[in-house]
Parts: sequence; structure tokens; C-alpha cells
Amino acid sequence: MAERTVKLMQGNEACVDGAITAGMRFYAGYPITPSTEIAELSAAKLPRIGGKFLQMEDEIASISAIIGASLTGHKSMTATSGPGFSLKQEGIGYAVISEVPCVIVDVQRGGPSTGLPTSPAQGDIMQARWGTHGDHSIIVLYPSTVREIYDTTIRAFNLAEKYRTPVILLMDEVIAHMREKIEIPNDDEIKIYNRKKPEVNSSEYLPYKVKEGDIVPEMASFGEGYRFHVTGLVHSETGLPTNDHKIAEELTTRLVNKIEDNVDDIVEYEEYRLEDADEVIVAYGATARSAKSAINALREEGIKVGMFKPITIWPMAQKQIEDIAKKVKRISVIEMNMGQYFLEVDRIAGKFTKVDRYGRVNGELITPEEIVSFIKEG
Amino acid sequence: MPSQLVDKYFRTESLPHIWCPGCGNGIVTRSIVKAIDNLGLSQDEVCIVSGIGCSSRASGYLDFNTIHTTHGRALAFATGIKFANPDLHVIVITGDGDCAAIGGNHLIHAARRNIDITAVVFNNNIYGMTGGQYSPTTPTGDKGTTAPYGNIDANFDLCELAKAAGATYVSRATVYGANMIIKQVEDGIKNKGFSFVETISICPTYYGRKNKKGDAVDMMNYLKENAVNKVAYDKLPEEKRKNKIVVGELFKGQKPEYVEQYNKIIESF
Repeated sequence: MAERTVKLMQGNEACVDGAITAGMRFYAGYPITPSTEIAELSAAKLPRIGGKFLQMEDEIASISAIIGASLTGHKSMTATSGPGFSLKQEGIGYAVISEVPCVIVDVQRGGPSTGLPTSPAQGDIMQARWGTHGDHSIIVLYPSTVREIYDTTIRAFNLAEKYRTPVILLMDEVIAHMREKIEIPNDDEIKIYNRKKPEVNSSEYLPYKVKEGDIVPEMASFGEGYRFHVTGLVHSETGLPTNDHKIAEELTTRLVNKIEDNVDDIVEYEEYRLEDADEVIVAYGATARSAKSAINALREEGIKVGMFKPITIWPMAQKQIEDIAKKVKRISVIEMNMGQYFLEVDRIAGKFTKVDRYGRVNGELITPEEIVSFIKEG
Repeated sequence: MPSQLVDKYFRTESLPHIWCPGCGNGIVTRSIVKAIDNLGLSQDEVCIVSGIGCSSRASGYLDFNTIHTTHGRALAFATGIKFANPDLHVIVITGDGDCAAIGGNHLIHAARRNIDITAVVFNNNIYGMTGGQYSPTTPTGDKGTTAPYGNIDANFDLCELAKAAGATYVSRATVYGANMIIKQVEDGIKNKGFSFVETISICPTYYGRKNKKGDAVDMMNYLKENAVNKVAYDKLPEEKRKNKIVVGELFKGQKPEYVEQYNKIIESF
């Protein structure tokens, strides 16, 4: 294997580099801390490779612009933080129903509202899942190291293209702003997925018809000769709006099921010292790093703790969490919020084992020492 | 020859349209299509972007690359589309509520960038689809379902707004003067920059009924009698200007176009 390039890289920078490797050629955004470097680096790097960067007038304009750009065939991304993420929800819903691939990065900070700028928080777990109105499913990824940001950003684009859906990348301020030495994977180690283009000619093209054996409809781009209609209204296979109740039911169900039926493909997670563990921590992002240190310390003392770290937080790794729950005496969900993921883990694991939570919302990281004490308290 | 235009440029399977009898939106829609036809643009290279409201349903009826976006955001979507694929002729269809209220910020900034988009506003002075609430262009004192005692807001002059914000082509026409709309949309598309065409439409169902403006014919007659070309208007004495609708090309400017400016940066590497 060819030697990998080694770089000292900031989390937000890894996000931009990963996105460009995945094929991002369009970025639109609005300045907001702690995500700003993603916009700044996109502005510097994209025109050098023929890509486009737009600073829009607001957060809603930014997500609107990337949806428009994606419809012309450009892989597109926007990045924001909590207050902006609230505004993006309108566009996320639009991208869900119109099945336009795009990536939305939310480098979280304390909320609600303007909250605690530049302090870490993991409070957007549920907003990522249910922020936009109406029944829908969504893919949300959550990296915990700079290298993982690089890989996960690539994966976010791949999943967006494969499932024709917006994919949300949730990040922690501390990792977005932290610099770590990372090995950049070589091209032959990276898989890039591009949206499936129509095989039929334009007169036979139905923009929202799913071909037998496919997960999503084939996607033409504006300007390619396939003239089609895109709308946020419920639509038939033709793309044209309809009030037909049967079609409405079928569309919403298909949009949810294209994700829920493919959980095995979408879900990614890391297991840490789980083999002989009789107690398990569930943690993601920066908290998972503290948990790792805590587990190592606890193991030194003979306490058999392991960790399940979801990297895909939505949809949930239901099967895996259930399997763990059947084997251990306790699961502790540790997160920088007041139990947003805990409730979901408890829903899955609570029938098999005891599920506890430990969290904080003061803008400080949860330390390994705190986790050690919490686990020892039992 | 409307039927030939319908055959060629409309998605007949999406018709009939949702507009009320007497609505002016059909006239504007047909005028846009006629302008595209006159310019000889291929349907594949035209992208029609609309927002939300009565007017914005037009995109679904038309056989181009079409997108019916979210409320107020048509210009933001259009900016992404044009910036990503400058080969497309991007035309935005929007209404007075869509473009001047919820989307007002996007209008200002699209004009400021002077991005090569032609925005056609169907101004019927009311929120029609939601049943007749007053809009930013409802004249002060007029009624809407949410202004039962008369609207106290000052109404916007959208053309002045677009001009001040940086549009390089600004014009106004009424649905009584369809030929003028056609010409203005053509000129707007030909202008390499942000073009703003305000069309004064009529809504007999809500605005007309609420304000005792009579039926569609009465409202059309009102437009006929009160529309004055800018050249003539400028010569009118002050006392005769009241309630006149100034039509025609109102502003033509010269400024660098946004996508071209960005492409220069790309080409510099």
C-alpha cells in the first residue's frame, strides 16, 4: 500500500477536505461560529478546483442555494451551528420530500437560541432527527476524531447520493476546532458513490419512479435535456403535485422506508472493549473520547466496562444496542445534553437491562474522571 | 396563437390550472412563455423557479426545467442553480407576498449581486392562496381579511426597491398590456444581470371583492385607464399623477454580472 500523507489538521478543515474528496463542488453558507472555518476554507479551496462558493444572505438562502445547485448535478454542502441549524430545517424538509442529495453540517454549540457560542454541547440530537416538520426519516452522522470527520464527511456525501436525501453531519465544537495528526487515506482506499443517472431517454423519464430493484428514483440534472418538475408538495411519479391520498401515503412511506429498510447499510459504529464487558457506556462525538479514557482507567481497576459508539446516530443501531442490552447489567448513556439520546437508548434497551444517564449542559466537556466516578457509583 | 404555445410549452397533463376565473396570472404566464418563444430559447436551457402562492403554481404547468420551491426562497434556489450552471436561462416566478415579504431579503441580495436571473413578480396586491390577507403591496387603506378596518402599512414600490438594491433592468407592466409584459420579459432575459419585471395582476376573487373593485372586466378597465408609460408620466403635472401605475422600462444599468465575476476567479488559477 502506498504511504499515506500525514497532516496536522483541524476538524473543520478535515470536513472541507473530506467533502472535496467526496466530490463537493458547491458550497453555500452564512458565517456562524464554530463552523466558520468550513466556509472560509471552502471559499479558498473550491474556485481552485473549478468549484463554486457562495456566501448567501442568510441560513435559509444557503440551504436553498445548495438544493438548487445539487439539482444541476453538483455535490453540495452547507455548514452552520445551532441557531442556523434551526433555520435550515425548512430546506431540510424540502430536500427530504424532493429527494435532493445534499450535506448539512451542524457544529453544535450550547442552546437554545444564541446560547453558549463556541462552547461545546450535544444538544441538537433531537433537532437533527425531528427538526423539520412532518413524518420523515433522516441520516445523521457524528464523528469523534479529526480523521473520523474526514471519513464521515465522505460517507455523508455517499449516503446522500445513494439514498437521495439530505445527510446531516453533527460535530462537536471541540473536535471542529481541535488539531490532530491524521493520515489522509489514499484514493484507492476511498469509495465514492455518485447518484444514479437515468438510463431511459427523456420522453420515458419519470423523475420520481423507482425502478424495480432500486432504492431511489434515477436522478437527472437540470439542463441535461430531461425536463422535469421538482416540488415540496406531495407529488406523483411524474413530479407533479397531487392531493391523491393514496399517493400521499405511498410517497411518505417510501421516503421513510428507503432509509429504515437499509439501516444495516447506513449504520456505522465503533465497539470498544465490549467482548467481556458487563457494563457498557453509550457515547458519541467528543464524549466518546472521554469515555474511552475512563474505560481504560476503570479496566485498570478490574471493572469490566466497554463502549458502544454510534457514528450513525440516526437511524439508530437498534439491533446492536438490543444485543448488547441482553448481555450486560447496565448501559450508561453519557452525553452533553439532558438525555436526548438516553431516551431512545432506553426505549430499545430498557426492556432488557438497566439504562442510566449522565449529562451536563454548562458548556464544559464531560471529563474521564467524572465518568469513572459515575460508573463506580453504580 | 395561444393553443400552439400551450401545446409546445405547457405540461397539458398538469392542467387545468388552479387559478380563479378572472385571475390575471394566466396572462403573465402566457406572456413569459411567449417571450421565451420569441427569443427562440430551447426548453432544455430554460429553468423556471417559483416560490409559494397562486403565481408560483405556474412552474408546474410549464414544460421546462422547473422547480416549485419554499415560500419566499425562489430567488435563493435560483441563485444556486444559476451559479452552479450558468448555461441555464433562469427565470423566477414569484408573487408580491412571496417576493416582497417572506422573500424580501433574497430579492435585495439577488439584485445586489446582479446575478443573471430574470424575476417576474405577479403582483395582485393580496395573499390569494390563503384567502385574501393584505400583502406588502396592498395599497394603504385597502382591506384584506387581516386588515378588516383598512391596511395601515405603507405599500412597497417594488421597482424602486429592486433598482435601489442593484438590479440592472427594472420594468413594470399590467396584465391589460400583455404585449408589454412579453417585451419586458424578453428584455429582462437579454439583460446580462439581475432583471426585475413587475406585472400588475388582478385578483377579483379576494382583492377585488374585499375592496369593491368590481369584476375582472372592471379591474382590467381600471388598469387600462390608470397605467401610464414612464415617459408620459414624467410629463404629467403632480395633481394628475395620483393613483397612476407607471409602466414601461423604468431603469437600465450597467454592472458586472455575478457569475462572470466568479468565473474570472476560477480562471485565474
